[in-house]
Amino acid sequence: MMSKKVELMVGFFVALGIAALLMLSLKVANSGLSGGGDSYNLFAKFDNIGGLKVRSPIKVGGVVVGRVSDISLDEEDYTPVVTMKIYSEYNQFSEATSVAILTAGLLGEQYIGLQPGFMDESLDILQPDDFIEDTKPALVLEELIGQFLFSQGSGDE
Amino acid sequence: MTLPVATLDNLIEIKNLTFTRGERVIYNDISLSIPTGKVTAIMGPSGIGKTTLLRLIGGQIKPDSGKILLSGKNIPSLSRQNLYETRKRMSMLFQSGALFTDMNVFDNIAFPIREHSKLPENIIEKIVLMKLEAVGLRGARDLQPNELSGGMARRVALARAIALDPELILYDEPFAGQDPISMGVIVRLIRSLSDALGLTSVVVSHDVPEVMSIADYIYIIAEQKIIGHGTPDQIRQDQSPLVKQFVQGKADGPVPFHYQAPSYQNELIKLSPTMHERGKI
Amino acid sequence: MWPLQLLGRNTLALISGLGRAVIVLLSALLHKPNPRKGIPLLLQQLYSVGVMSLIIIIVSGGFIGMVLALQGYTILVGYGAEASLGPMVALSLLRELGPVVSALLFAGRAGSALTAEIGLMKATEQLSSLEMMAVDPLRRVIAPRFWAGFISLPLLAAIFSMVGILGAHLVGVDWLGVDAGTFWSVMQDQVDFNKDILNGIIKSVVFAFVVTWIAIYKGYDCEPTSEGISRATTSTVVQSSLLVLALDFILTALMFAR
Repeated sequence: MMSKKVELMVGFFVALGIAALLMLSLKVANSGLSGGGDSYNLFAKFDNIGGLKVRSPIKVGGVVVGRVSDISLDEEDYTPVVTMKIYSEYNQFSEATSVAILTAGLLGEQYIGLQPGFMDESLDILQPDDFIEDTKPALVLEELIGQFLFSQGSGDE
Repeated sequence: MTLPVATLDNLIEIKNLTFTRGERVIYNDISLSIPTGKVTAIMGPSGIGKTTLLRLIGGQIKPDSGKILLSGKNIPSLSRQNLYETRKRMSMLFQSGALFTDMNVFDNIAFPIREHSKLPENIIEKIVLMKLEAVGLRGARDLQPNELSGGMARRVALARAIALDPELILYDEPFAGQDPISMGVIVRLIRSLSDALGLTSVVVSHDVPEVMSIADYIYIIAEQKIIGHGTPDQIRQDQSPLVKQFVQGKADGPVPFHYQAPSYQNELIKLSPTMHERGKI
Repeated sequence: MWPLQLLGRNTLALISGLGRAVIVLLSALLHKPNPRKGIPLLLQQLYSVGVMSLIIIIVSGGFIGMVLALQGYTILVGYGAEASLGPMVALSLLRELGPVVSALLFAGRAGSALTAEIGLMKATEQLSSLEMMAVDPLRRVIAPRFWAGFISLPLLAAIFSMVGILGAHLVGVDWLGVDAGTFWSVMQDQVDFNKDILNGIIKSVVFAFVVTWIAIYKGYDCEPTSEGISRATTSTVVQSSLLVLALDFILTALMFAR
């Protein structure tokens, strides 16, 4: 009763649909949240995080080594605490490592730039859940302009 | 429940049936009975809801009041499941044939068998061929419904209607729109099916000569009521003017030629009072 | 009195229509499934609803992706941001255009066909005749068509988005010279599975439900004449298109607004 062509075409249709879904989830989206591999957390306190968002990339010299997984305020001193999820293959950062919130291009997205510090016997390797002490806050355009105008004004006098 | 013993002879008993559609009364308190194993015809002018009566018997619509007893069971009050069980005992030949357009003739006839039995395919094939042979269309088994003429489509539909050997067949206008030859074929088929298989037939029609030649008993319905009933001979002898007008096919009579309307003269002169009159109607 | 009466009449008609639609859907779907009979019927309908819509979905998806790439490129290149072409195209397709446009095309292609087919079966007494054969037309005719539509549209929407992205790749990368690696990697960077892909799928599932429901109900409820069928077919397309757009706004507000 049921023609073979119908079954074949329906099979083709469903397979194509599932293939499309698979391609969308694997090739188009960044596959999975925690997926890919293991990671560990580092923390950093900033005075100002600017436009940093959860899932913003963390880069070392332009190479993505992790993502921001959480942003919250410290309960005691009300400074922003950023939780950084670093891929476990990059687990050799020294204590002298510094982080800065940078902007990609003039109007681009903000990301965390990680500057690996020098290695020394006196310095330990950063362990999971350590805080990075050396941080530079995000540059806020209004403050920059304000400072510029202020210095201009004082220079004239 | 008190059931009259007479139901043994009558497959269907309709008692005090009233049915309205919107504001319009279709049937006003009619009663009739349909004898087992006979051909009973329901006649009447177009538009009085003869098809509605078949749908009422089939349980597709419910009456406002009254009973429709099929061997003692009141169709309107059956549960859904019982109704579907009961419908397996009857079948209906629709005016248009109602063949499934996406199946060929063979599959159309096999459809009710496949739905309601678990018979193997080779037995189904034999049954279908028997039914096709009975309507003389064994050669048309592989045709699609759109390749059939009107008369052939109706015969295929008839074959499908008898596929499950029902006790009761309801024919909705089986003669309408047929050429004389296929009309003759269908008349013969209805009669022979009834005689050979002993099934009860209800024929709804307004074709007087065909019905007179085929029916064992006739009811004539007009103006919400049964205006006459009897065997074909009795109907021919009937002196009631309504029945006479219908059987002899006169244009004017108790059933008026003119549809109900305000006075012709007034309407032509367009007197203002007519507007008021019309407003009242 | 007059406008008030009209309002009342229309409200009553709307409510009773809605009630009938719910009854049709529930009585078609709420019963024990019968795999032996149901699966061949479903396959048949998947063919006529899904496979037959494939061509129009693929062609429109491809063209829309190509146009998006072309338009997006000329705008983005002004900011030196043509690297963002990938995410722009992918996000537009996944979040909005994929689910919405494929639902609109589906309503026009498959929805109208469903309504017309069911309406014709009603007008030619095939539904009545099934009922008299003790076969419930709601289960036999309506249910497989509903499920077929419900399954097909999300798949079609996914195919639409995929073909659209490939079309954008063709125009953006192969013709306009955006770097292929940038195209894919920036896209992967910006597109989130939960937020974008999953929400798009949820949208198309909702649209599938609504469009198919309207189509089968309009067919089943239509006046069994030629005018009745043509009116029902038109109103299937009009109503389901409007409802898809309205629902899209509501869903977008729920999903993406803060």
